[in-house]
Amino acid sequence: MTARSSNGRPWTFYALAAFFTLFVLFLYGPMSAIFILSFQGPTGGLTFPMNGVSLHWFKALVVQQRSGDFVGSFSRSIVLAIIVLAITVVVSIMAGLAFRYRFRGATAVFYMAIASLIMPGLLLGLGVGLMFQFAHVSPAWFSSALGAQLTWTLPFGLLIMFAVFSRFNRAYEEAARDLGASPWQTLWLVVLPILLPGIIGVALFGFTLSYDEFPRTLIPIGSRNTLPLEIWAMTTDVTSPALYALGTLTTAVSFVVIAVALTSIAVIQRRRARRQRRAREA
Amino acid sequence: MRPQRATSTFTRTPYLLVAPLTVVLMVFFGIPLALVVVVSFFDLDKFDIIPTFVLTNYSELFGSSLTYTLYAKTITYALIVWAITLVIGFTVSYFLVFHVRSVLWQMALFLLCTVPFWTSNVIRMISWIPFLGRHGLFNQSLIALGVTDHPLEFLLFSNFSVVIAYVHLFSLFMIVPIFNSMARIDRAVIEAAVDGGASRARVITDIVIPLSKTGIALGSIFVIALVMGDFFVVKVMSGGQSSSVVAAMSNEIAILQYPPAAANAVCLLIIVMLMVAAIIRLVDVRRELSGERQA
Repeated sequence: MTARSSNGRPWTFYALAAFFTLFVLFLYGPMSAIFILSFQGPTGGLTFPMNGVSLHWFKALVVQQRSGDFVGSFSRSIVLAIIVLAITVVVSIMAGLAFRYRFRGATAVFYMAIASLIMPGLLLGLGVGLMFQFAHVSPAWFSSALGAQLTWTLPFGLLIMFAVFSRFNRAYEEAARDLGASPWQTLWLVVLPILLPGIIGVALFGFTLSYDEFPRTLIPIGSRNTLPLEIWAMTTDVTSPALYALGTLTTAVSFVVIAVALTSIAVIQRRRARRQRRAREA
Repeated sequence: MRPQRATSTFTRTPYLLVAPLTVVLMVFFGIPLALVVVVSFFDLDKFDIIPTFVLTNYSELFGSSLTYTLYAKTITYALIVWAITLVIGFTVSYFLVFHVRSVLWQMALFLLCTVPFWTSNVIRMISWIPFLGRHGLFNQSLIALGVTDHPLEFLLFSNFSVVIAYVHLFSLFMIVPIFNSMARIDRAVIEAAVDGGASRARVITDIVIPLSKTGIALGSIFVIALVMGDFFVVKVMSGGQSSSVVAAMSNEIAILQYPPAAANAVCLLIIVMLMVAAIIRLVDVRRELSGERQA
């Protein structure tokens, strides 16, 4: 194109790179502020400056129980996220496979998933809460809240499966069939292993979207809170850095989960590339 | 491309495979949605819901001038945030797709943008408070730089901080779909245009924008629906000085006023549906979503 600088990049590259850098700072900058502030000294407040550095506020979370039921809500959130992950992975794979066929009602199911995805979370929670109230069943995190979260994770899982299947080469499946594999063998030994990186992606979404979910869960949660609801309660009545300590902890958990998922995807891809290279050389 | 269809023309397989998804969505989305509509016609006696058929919830809703103010405010937030996230989403995707040459770097930078999406929205939102407050980092830097001698008050607990938090939380929903459709644009088309003498601006307006419009439409649907359905950002970041439709609704729900809240919910859903339908009329997003290749 035009007006290239000495090393061959157009000037727009630098303008856009600067924009991108600002955007990344915008994304991460404020978050880093609360990570730093969570290490406030015991006399420190919600804003800078730091009055010393300590783990005081992290201890306050576990020991004093002053900030609600941290341990209980944290373990509930983890268990719920694992249940949501499992259901989301299985149901999304099945639905993804279904949409490779042409079947009656496909469009209706598809639009229902999209509507479920963009439905304002609190309204969905209201509806689920009403349903349990009318059925005289008390809402709980493992029933009504689980269902409410699935209306959010399943459409995401479905969309990811669409993307994954659109890149899937049918030739592998046909080859397996031609070599005499049964439909089950084809699925278990050929299709799913090939799709594994995408499936890990679905699992990552299932876990994190549940672990951090809050507008949909708020009404149908029942009597025992999940962690995001605990945090939400804290935003209104806790005015100590304990809130930031909780934020730092929950973000650290998310980062660990993201790192595990992305690393396993990278390992699978690399192993696959190596195997292909070896096959080509042989 | 279709899988084998055995000998009969009818196969039960897809119906069995899609059944779990359909059942979960019917039970936890379909029925609750229907119940919200039904309850919006119920009557209310103090805190008890009385199952009848009345229109009072709607007449009270439309009779109050507050309703119109709230809807106008919510739609204004949605449009402002939509415009800002659209510019960010387009620019960031354009940079990643057309200016970052190595695929590895492209993926790494794309992931850098998406990681915050997998962390808590509430935490990301409150992280703006120590940043924008009177004694926050931003004001301190401005004073240190000599830009101003007293802290700026409008930064926090204002419309400004609400919009900042929305953009921070939701711009990802714009970036990901736009990036996806831009990444599919055939480079040969652009090279041909450049060889034919097209300027960079014309390449963008005549090729890149038309070919990424499904991504733009999809991102717009997400962002508009998310802002229209928000209650917690506006509550916390405006410091109680502003409100939105769902924030008002959450107050009604907190004092168990379900029927009026449900009537409000039905109106909001109709407006969101109309906005989404308008976008879908302009751009067919189904092809993009269902992963079919663009021609």
